[in-house]
Amino acid sequence: MISYERFTLSNGLKLIVHQDSSTPLVAMNILYNVGSRDESPERTGFAHLFEHLMFGGSVNIPKYDEPLQRVGGENNAFTNNDITNYYLTLPLVNLETAFWLESDRMLNLAFSKKSFDVQRNVVVEEFRQNYLNQPYGDAWLLLRPLAYKVHPYQWPTIGKEPAHIEQASMEEVKAFYNKFYNPGNAILVVAGNVDTQQIVELSEKWFGSIHKGEDYVRNLPREPVQTEARSLTVERKVPFDAIYKAWHMCSRNAPEFYATDLISDILSAGQSGRLYQELVKKKRLFSDINAYITGDIDDGLFVVTGKLMKGCSFETAEAAIEEELEKVRTEPASDTELTKVKNRMESLMAFGEMRVLDKAMNLAYYELLGNADLINTLIDQYQKVTAEEIRAQAASILRQENSSTLYYKAES
Amino acid sequence: MQTINRKIEPKGQSIENWNLKEPDIYYLSNGIKVVEFDAGTQELVRIELIFRAGSWFQANNFVALATNMMLREGSKHNSSARISDQLDFYGAHLETTAEKDNAYVSLYTLNKHLQNTLPLLMEIVKEAAFPEQEFLTFSGKQRQMLEVNLQKVNYIARTRFNSLLFGKSHPYGNYMITEDIDKIQVSHLRDFHSSHYHASNCIIMVAGKIDPELKNSLERSFGGDSWVKGEYREIVHEVKTAEKRTHFHPKPDAVQSAIRMGLPLFNRSHPDYQGIMVLNTLLGGYFGSRLMNNLREDKGYTYGIGSAAIPLKHGGYFFISCEVGSDVTVDAIAQIRLELLRLAEERAGEKELTLVRNYLLGSFLRGIDGPFAMADVYRDVMEHGLDSSFHYSMLETIQGISSESLRALAEKYLNPDQMFRLVVGNPELEASLSI
Repeated sequence: MISYERFTLSNGLKLIVHQDSSTPLVAMNILYNVGSRDESPERTGFAHLFEHLMFGGSVNIPKYDEPLQRVGGENNAFTNNDITNYYLTLPLVNLETAFWLESDRMLNLAFSKKSFDVQRNVVVEEFRQNYLNQPYGDAWLLLRPLAYKVHPYQWPTIGKEPAHIEQASMEEVKAFYNKFYNPGNAILVVAGNVDTQQIVELSEKWFGSIHKGEDYVRNLPREPVQTEARSLTVERKVPFDAIYKAWHMCSRNAPEFYATDLISDILSAGQSGRLYQELVKKKRLFSDINAYITGDIDDGLFVVTGKLMKGCSFETAEAAIEEELEKVRTEPASDTELTKVKNRMESLMAFGEMRVLDKAMNLAYYELLGNADLINTLIDQYQKVTAEEIRAQAASILRQENSSTLYYKAES
Repeated sequence: MQTINRKIEPKGQSIENWNLKEPDIYYLSNGIKVVEFDAGTQELVRIELIFRAGSWFQANNFVALATNMMLREGSKHNSSARISDQLDFYGAHLETTAEKDNAYVSLYTLNKHLQNTLPLLMEIVKEAAFPEQEFLTFSGKQRQMLEVNLQKVNYIARTRFNSLLFGKSHPYGNYMITEDIDKIQVSHLRDFHSSHYHASNCIIMVAGKIDPELKNSLERSFGGDSWVKGEYREIVHEVKTAEKRTHFHPKPDAVQSAIRMGLPLFNRSHPDYQGIMVLNTLLGGYFGSRLMNNLREDKGYTYGIGSAAIPLKHGGYFFISCEVGSDVTVDAIAQIRLELLRLAEERAGEKELTLVRNYLLGSFLRGIDGPFAMADVYRDVMEHGLDSSFHYSMLETIQGISSESLRALAEKYLNPDQMFRLVVGNPELEASLSI
């Protein structure tokens, strides 16, 4: 049982405090409710570029990292389709430095031209390093627009192409900041051996006077129901063929989310997962294969990806996947298999919440979903799922006409 | 509302009063040493078996790795599928790693399932059978993975670079090619298992919220005499560094180059090791380092650049690595060289040095947070025959080393003209690299 207290400041900033006396470190996590789904289709990659700019100095503090490192702290951040999340840990005695730094960059940025020019280059290099100069690196750049025709999940967080990042202007950066980086659009979590009342006071002191800003009302188009199977074949200089299949699934807060997540576990959690045992070990058709869900807040994707063994054709590979999907669509999992995936989930959660930073991040995300208490009740959501619910979800999602398939061919 | 001056940073306090937790150490009746860290808040534990079974000890490439990874692929009593099924059923996670010196088998389990998962660990380690069919699947997968890795500039640079420092026939320098995999048969694995995975060659580390029954359970699973073998014998390998210092490896169509520069160095038992750790941090060991400031934050050449001094059981090495656009590769190398020269020519200012000292102290504090971290930090020094006193002395070095000592270390050890350099990138680059 993880205990915590929730507060809301008058400017709308949400605050959660978790007390853990077992560590000399304190974690601070600030989640901004903005991700790549909030971008314009002509300026993709912007939320992530912006994450880089948040380290380029704020209105009163020329450099973000240096003062934090000087008091023994360390920080990082990530952006995904839904959120931009900033986090740090530092020794408890220097906690106030974290408030000083994070509140100043919520107050206003320095918008330095130098930092802007450099970070555009850095992000373009990141694009090349992780997506263009890697075997299979562009697969998701191809799969997303195949699966999504309307919803902004059609582009990845890094953006559609480096040109979008290269063309970004300072005016656009400022407008983006004013629209999204406001207290009412953020969740602050502090976790460690802290005194809750003191955290509330520090939050009021440093964040309390920041102007509320305009409320952002998200109004994204819903992806229409897909009615026929889609596919795309590309040839690349890679050693082996690969296949990527995606099906539309529910949103994160839908009641059927947990059953859907467990389908992917039955298929591929751990080495005992069905796809690995059947298609990698017994039939030797794939060198690796995985099933997982994207877990996005809006309607997400259920994904199966695998690399084919040399000599195995796409037809054989796909028929073998289909055979396994037919089983999950028609036969409920046995009690043993169901217990297995639930036990595994319980274990993952225990190991995944060993550090204060893990707990701070999770609390912020669950609060965004509307229920910080998921940190204690998530496991019950999975425990409640029945084998028949899993089967029914599989039957409703894993249909041909709901699928998009990318055939990623090795150039001959 | 309080008025605050946001220009003034809150007063920072130095991090003191180190309290390094010492492990409880005991021995099983067959002599296996058990190192225990009882800490943490969750009812779980990691049980890690360490064997002197890294690539240092193999006669043929791929054997140490394959033996280690195949442990779970079938025992005398159970199939690979059955073992995986049982591990997953109890929510346990098994990790197997073979490094250059040692090999590791780690079980992560909730305490409530310990009585079911520990016997599985025992079976995996002591009764591994290396079934022929499983090996065929495994080696086929490994061959494909290797071929994919060989498409990555970073992978090529990492593996080829070490062969320049130590020689291709030295375990720290050798790298795998697909033909190595084809040469190995299960008999190699069975032999390696029998000669290296036994009680006289094993240390056990346990970390987590320790169940009072754990000690007895370990004794039952691993304390017997049946898997005690002969004494450990030291093996020696000869280092052969490359004659030429600058090298290029063409990678057609690459849009970025991987750059590696460095040289052989030493491990933790050398008196200058601790100073080098501080110096390395300043140069390329953290986000605010000089290399990051120059090549990323000033020039935008790279997503990231770093350096490290890697300690190994029988030596060590220093390296700098990054991936940069093909068009800026030449200047990136020039900038790295300038930073190395500056390190040896000028003393670091007090402001920068204070920053590095405090960053390292904070980083140390993070490094001992939680039971697994405590165990890892202790294991690192234990494997090199040292103990916690190394960490206390490291903390003194971090706080006390002078800027002149650091400069002198750079002059002595990090001269760019002595360094080996490898660039993996677009073939068109070769002409401009003065090789």
